[in-house]
Amino acid sequence: MSGYEPIRKVISGNYAAAYAARDARVQVVAAYPITPQTSIIEKIAEFIANGEADIQYVPVESEHSAMAACIGASATGARAFTATSAQGLALMHEMLHWASGARLPIVMVDVNRAMAPPWSVWDDQTDSLAQRDTGWMQFYAENNQEVYDGVLMAFKVAEQVNLPAMVVESAFILSHTYDVVEMIPQKLVDEFLPPREPLYDLADFSRPFSVGALGTPDDYYEFRYKIARAMEDAVKVIRDVGKEFGERFGRDYGSMIELYRTEDADFVFLGLGSLMGTVKQAVDVLREEGYRVGAAKVRWFRPFPKRELYELAKTVDGIAVLDRNYSFGMEGILFTETKAALYGTDAHPLVRNYIVGLGGRDFTVKDIRNVASDMMKAMEGGETSEEILWYHLKRG
Amino acid sequence: MTLETLFEQKNSARKISLKSVDEYPEAPVSLGTTLSNFTGDWRTFIPVIDDGKCVKCYICWKFCPEPAIYIREDGYVGIDYDYCKGCGICANECPTKAITMEKEEK
Repeated sequence: MSGYEPIRKVISGNYAAAYAARDARVQVVAAYPITPQTSIIEKIAEFIANGEADIQYVPVESEHSAMAACIGASATGARAFTATSAQGLALMHEMLHWASGARLPIVMVDVNRAMAPPWSVWDDQTDSLAQRDTGWMQFYAENNQEVYDGVLMAFKVAEQVNLPAMVVESAFILSHTYDVVEMIPQKLVDEFLPPREPLYDLADFSRPFSVGALGTPDDYYEFRYKIARAMEDAVKVIRDVGKEFGERFGRDYGSMIELYRTEDADFVFLGLGSLMGTVKQAVDVLREEGYRVGAAKVRWFRPFPKRELYELAKTVDGIAVLDRNYSFGMEGILFTETKAALYGTDAHPLVRNYIVGLGGRDFTVKDIRNVASDMMKAMEGGETSEEILWYHLKRG
Repeated sequence: MTLETLFEQKNSARKISLKSVDEYPEAPVSLGTTLSNFTGDWRTFIPVIDDGKCVKCYICWKFCPEPAIYIREDGYVGIDYDYCKGCGICANECPTKAITMEKEEK
């Protein structure tokens, strides 16, 4: 770790995202306001107004247009950024495919917010996880620091593999909650994240060409394979960039799953995002009470860290998957992915699913202790609840 | 551009045929223009001109949306089958019924 002096500020997760976009020297921002994302782009507008950042800000009438403008900007070689939440992200859906299909390394912050109806502005992961198959990488932040670091790393990874990346933070729990964030001096960010070297530049008028034109059945297939391969390649790039980030700035992201006290654990909690901060605290409490438990935080959901999950699964007897999301007709989304990644391997832990915190319902240390008891009972072969437990459900 | 130049450019344009996934560009960008990417292979019917009935009104030339109809040096019209998609507008518009649409044998 280099001995640099970080810039410490007490800021919200949203401001962390905005500062990171500024420090990444984004050139174009196109966004549309939506709670709880709005303060990200308000802060960026403030940077521009104060002369703190040289950014072309494109006001648009919808999130669909916001992503379309980012696509246009990115296709000319610019570094483009946007942010949204829930319904806004859903409205972008078509353009998300376009961004990855055209191989544009746009970075977007999605503030996880529950999908309506009923109308809700609170934390829920279904909005971003429903975009699983759009060809975007997804990084889930546990705290405000990880929002800042995540945006910087996302640009570096995205621009190496030429795929867009989403940095996901929790509504209000992070977006509007203030915490100390250590920001990195501009010169050091510039060394970590040099100017983008685009795969192509539509504004190069000396060599006119088209992008995203018709691909007949004779060609389309190969381009899909290229995206699949880029996503596979991203696994190594993510780990390398995460390690480099640690060497430069002291916070290591070299693994796609962060392990917390998993050594000698009988079972681990597996989950995404801010709820894993609470889980870590609960793990400390449970360890004191004699439970041998740990936490495994999935930092990158796409590409999915299959190898790391397998290596973890070999060492534990159980995995309690905490899903703040749900795929109707199936189960929690991370639960599905976890089982799929382990199928056919020699790792056979008991995997159970706990549906928690939907629409921002509080999920506390006390709740995690209850989940631990249920998990222990299941592992001892005792009478337990169903495999997919709607943990908070009011049962009268 | 004269007709000669067009035909010359077409003939000398790099023909692109990608045999392996590694030959494809990483992103779906165009590699050439329609000088090498002929778009006339979509059609089922093909227009055939009977010069004996043609009165050189050039209505077909005006209406061809491609445009794949050109005026020959002798004043009659020719069809560039590299780009003609067989829509049949020329045959429909021709006042002397000099153009007929025939099933193309491939």
